[in-house]
Amino acid sequence: MKPTDTSNPDYFHRVVDCQWGCPAHTDIPEYIRLIAQGQFTDAYMVNRQSNVFPGILGRVCDRPCEPVCRRARVDEKPVAICRLKRVAADHKDDIQDRLPEIPTRKNGKKIALVGAGCASLTVCNDLMPLGYECTIFEALQVPGGLMRSNIPAFRLPAEILDEEIGYITDMGVDLRLNSPIDSLKALLDEGYDAIFIGSGAPKGKELDIPGRQEADANIHIGIEWLESVAFGHTEKIGRKVLIIGVGNTAMDCCRTSLRLGADDVKVMARKPRGFFKASDWELEDAEEEQVEIVINHSPKSFVVEDGRLTGMIFEVMEYDIEDGRITDSRVIEERFLEADDVILAIGQETAFPWIERDIGMEFNKWDEPVVDKTTYQSTIPGVFFGGDAAFGPENIIWAVEHGHQAAISIHNYVHGKSVNDRLPDRLNLVSRKMGIHEWSYSNYFEPAARRKMEHVPLSERFKNLGTEVELGFDAEQTACEVERCLNCDIQTVFTDKLCIECDACVDICPTQCLTITEPGPEEDLRTRLTAPADNTEQLLFLSGPLEQTGRAMVKDENVCVHCGLCAERCPTAAWDMQKSIIDIAYAKDHDVSPCAARQTG
Amino acid sequence: MTYIAKPKVQWSGQRHNELGLTIRDYEGGLSTLCAGCGHDSVTAALVQAFWELAIRPEQVIKLSGIGCSSKTPAYFLSGSHGFNSVHGRMPSVATGALAANRDLIAVGISGDGDSLSIGFGQFAHAVRRNLNVLYLIENNGVYGLTKGQFSASADPGSKAKKGEENRQQSIDPIATAITLGGSFAARSFSGDKNQLVPLLKAGLTHPGCAVIDIISPCVTFNDHDGSTKSYAYTRAHMEAATFTDLVPPAKTIETDYAEGDATSITLHDGSRLKLKKLDPEYDPGNRAVALKFLEDHRVRGQIVTGLLYLDSDMPDFHAVSGTSKKPLTSMSHDELNPGADALAKLQESMR
Repeated sequence: MKPTDTSNPDYFHRVVDCQWGCPAHTDIPEYIRLIAQGQFTDAYMVNRQSNVFPGILGRVCDRPCEPVCRRARVDEKPVAICRLKRVAADHKDDIQDRLPEIPTRKNGKKIALVGAGCASLTVCNDLMPLGYECTIFEALQVPGGLMRSNIPAFRLPAEILDEEIGYITDMGVDLRLNSPIDSLKALLDEGYDAIFIGSGAPKGKELDIPGRQEADANIHIGIEWLESVAFGHTEKIGRKVLIIGVGNTAMDCCRTSLRLGADDVKVMARKPRGFFKASDWELEDAEEEQVEIVINHSPKSFVVEDGRLTGMIFEVMEYDIEDGRITDSRVIEERFLEADDVILAIGQETAFPWIERDIGMEFNKWDEPVVDKTTYQSTIPGVFFGGDAAFGPENIIWAVEHGHQAAISIHNYVHGKSVNDRLPDRLNLVSRKMGIHEWSYSNYFEPAARRKMEHVPLSERFKNLGTEVELGFDAEQTACEVERCLNCDIQTVFTDKLCIECDACVDICPTQCLTITEPGPEEDLRTRLTAPADNTEQLLFLSGPLEQTGRAMVKDENVCVHCGLCAERCPTAAWDMQKSIIDIAYAKDHDVSPCAARQTG
Repeated sequence: MTYIAKPKVQWSGQRHNELGLTIRDYEGGLSTLCAGCGHDSVTAALVQAFWELAIRPEQVIKLSGIGCSSKTPAYFLSGSHGFNSVHGRMPSVATGALAANRDLIAVGISGDGDSLSIGFGQFAHAVRRNLNVLYLIENNGVYGLTKGQFSASADPGSKAKKGEENRQQSIDPIATAITLGGSFAARSFSGDKNQLVPLLKAGLTHPGCAVIDIISPCVTFNDHDGSTKSYAYTRAHMEAATFTDLVPPAKTIETDYAEGDATSITLHDGSRLKLKKLDPEYDPGNRAVALKFLEDHRVRGQIVTGLLYLDSDMPDFHAVSGTSKKPLTSMSHDELNPGADALAKLQESMR
């Protein structure tokens, strides 16, 4: 193993597991620290810079940051990162004066965006301050896309959506509602400088089994049904409802059903627990509302009597599971379950009937447009994709990141630069040492368990479809939860030339992360550390040779709690605690002036 | 020193010893020694040794005198007994404690000031009585607590922090212990836990007085050029004569030793002490060889480390003095206080 090159920004970025895990690389420890200091508006703005919709994401993000949170490796439950984001959004002051100024003199570049969802809105958010004229074409009567139509109001209130979408549309976006695009060819002919397609994945998957046609009146496609509920077209459902599928849409469907008059809702899963697509917390919330999740039931047919759906027949499955993978399965019996209505929530896909196939855009074998994974450009130069439209259904936070990246491409493209001319991430380190025993971060280790989100009582929450279930963290919960954050962005930075190998850091480390030993191949090194480094997904830091013995300092990043004791016990300041700031490049950072005088130094 | 305590963090990869305890269960209070002090490394080595031997903390008594070194007992095994005695008088208190309860595992922690100056006489007698104590001397060559004056172990010619030269002869606690008839004499270095931890385990298992002189640099007053007890000097001049490994009774010996290279000594509790000679000329069972070896290396400015003399058959303090086999604490009041008649009878017998 070679000495670690910490000048590569990715090394310290990876130590901040949450930020590395977040597609938009939100500086999570920094905003949590700001919340701890009561600076909610600042915390909100740190969020907004990368994820654009903190109030929305603080409620409904799929939280890729939480499963990877270091805290989960120390005491099982991660920091409630997502809900702390909501704290910042709930308590911020007016942010209007912190939003970028929109130039009155435009740059003459006109962009058309298809769909007013999170991806298109992010593109506008990045391009409007640069003088672009953006026009969004939205098929529905309100902006927001899936966030509006598919996420029930009891999870995401409309006023939050209105506020955060408003920050962007108020930048002067030409938002054309009720304006579906039915021909890309026609749009191309309108002379826009670039086109961004963020039309989502609007097609719910079908379940073609016997009885589907006959029972059509009582079989609903999940995402269509949710949209119909969101816009008030559907206000009722039968008493007994079966939801087919166990993803997050299924969770929204079952909980919405309960609010529309159902009192016996079953979510039917083909596979056992552990193979569910829904996030654990969404499952928990549904089960709290007395939704029954039935496992190992594979749909066989719909049962129709006198032209009306009466239920479904399922095949009860048995699986052989080895190492978390299904190796074999068999049907052990059939079972009939009554139902007044069935909702299909087995996935969704993109659909582009409005893109002509003869205009030069390449489609892959699944009939999806071919989109570059870095530039988000299609095979027609100047036509970009993002959000679910690009690579199929993902989460809001992914769509936001697509939007940021597509905005960079568009910015380069319309100025005649290569879309591949993108700035790399940069990393800055600043010492947090204030005095002999003073660090400008809270290095105290809070042993408390994750705070539990309070919910509206079950007796109250079903009365009104729009009653938000989660109450948000109160002041005490927030004060405790912020301290659970381990400050992974306050990095342990080692200078090998200063080390006198006194072992003080090795001895004081509360999680036995450090070892001074002979260097060697990584596999071998991992076995002979103070505590064996079993988690191979986490990096090892290896220093250069130390002056006195030629051995090396090795740090297993896995369970470092960033308490700073290594730096505090170090007599020669070979260890220092330094805040890493990952500088992520957005469209505004890309210089597109024709002969950009490159500044040096 | 540190103002936040070492946090009690539990994580899934933590290992447990035979008693189900983690290494963190063998720790003590927050160290107030200087950052980088060798003594803190000795503390960590002790924590590791006790954890590996799976000794119950309440079986142990920690004893010390005065000095930086003598603060050490506060920093490990907070669940054990302890006595912080008068300067240099740790051996007397240890003798009393062991006479009263021979079931205790005693660790005496002292320094070059505590044992080679004010307590030199006490040290000598603990060694010649073969008192059942692991006797550690955390040796840094200076009086750190009083701002770094030369101690009795400072080498002639070595320099203090401000440059003045030591012109007095130094006491070598290991050579002294061997000449006093010690049964276990070893030297190690706080910066070499691979050597120190097995030595501590051997010392804890040794039936008698196990003296370990540990070069433990004073990072504040004696870690500069011109010091012969600095991290850099010790590393450059260390010469390991033997390597020791303690194999618990139930375990098979995993390390392979070349034929004739190592001796195995079975101790009274069934554990085996593997002693590997790193220098073929060395014989840790022979006082004359040991002393000559020490002297030859001293002349060359080298610091000999390892287990340097061992006689595990030498009768210990309990055997020689006929101490009570039953701890006084488990005796009834009547046994401890037989009454006036018994006293009168005893006095009568001596007339």
